[in-house]
Amino acid sequence: MSGHSSASSSPLKMYFAVFFALLLGTGLTVFAATLDLGPFNAPVALGIATVKATLVALFFMHVWHASEKLTKLVVIAALFFLLLLLGLTMTDYATRP
Amino acid sequence: MLPTRRRSPLPDSTVVLHHEEQHRPELLHHFADEQQQRDASSLGMWVFLATEVMFFGGLFCAYLIYRHWYFGDFAAASKSINMALGATNTAVLICSSLTVVLAVWAAQTARRTLLIGSLAMTMLLGLTFLGIKGIEYRDKFVEHHIPGASFSFENEPIPGHTGQYANPSHAQIFFSLYFVMTGLHALHMIIGLGIFLWLFLAAWRGRFTPEYNTPIEIGGLYWHFVDIVWIYLFPLLYLIDRHP
Repeated sequence: MSGHSSASSSPLKMYFAVFFALLLGTGLTVFAATLDLGPFNAPVALGIATVKATLVALFFMHVWHASEKLTKLVVIAALFFLLLLLGLTMTDYATRP
Repeated sequence: MLPTRRRSPLPDSTVVLHHEEQHRPELLHHFADEQQQRDASSLGMWVFLATEVMFFGGLFCAYLIYRHWYFGDFAAASKSINMALGATNTAVLICSSLTVVLAVWAAQTARRTLLIGSLAMTMLLGLTFLGIKGIEYRDKFVEHHIPGASFSFENEPIPGHTGQYANPSHAQIFFSLYFVMTGLHALHMIIGLGIFLWLFLAAWRGRFTPEYNTPIEIGGLYWHFVDIVWIYLFPLLYLIDRHP
């Protein structure tokens, strides 16, 4: 938020680069879904989605340039508890006999 | 009680703050400077978004459990949703996220036309998303894929298992999750449209300046978050087992 408040054109270049990367990721995930990757279809789709979500958070939502460390702490805490919720639940359900 | 609490403990600084307020009317006097004021607003929005992560997280967790149990039925049901419409909507939301960052940048650099145009474009893309979503919901209605008394999902083959057909009651769970998750997401889009209409009107009246544009930044955080939710919903709901 603070790092690029000057009227330079550098954030614009970055915004458009992220934008095209996100469109590319969307095309890639649709293409990957048409391939038979065996057990890897889901990890590939979720991997691409995570890369896209990370790009949005870091550059569009300015987490990368956040001047406030507390913002980063809140983001990491939210992800930690989400992974706790999904991870511990699925280690239970996925390993039941 | 409130006025005394808000007053600065040092009498001298009260005068200084009052003096600064006259020069910077957008700086509330309990903040040291604009940067701190912006950071506080931004942090508040992030804490709200963390609660939203938990809110959607519960639904994603339910989805993962049922997908694990009924994978074949989920794959068959997923195949009945229009992938092209879902992919188009993903692109529409990515475009709207771009117009949102352009709006924030335009406000920071005092570009009024770009600011108003970007905010209008964001709303237009948001409405496009909801329109496409409406077409999808209509298709599901016509096909009797809406969970309830008239639900029907008979003789739908499970991908990769010739001769096996999806269990309609398991497919119904998929469609329930589909409608709750995309419906909750659409509700967030509608709320986002309301926020952006307000931002648009305020920008039209010239309320935002390079010194004061926090509402656009904060509204943008919300819009991007809704975009991120869709980035996960698209592969999870539309692309379970699509390969021929």
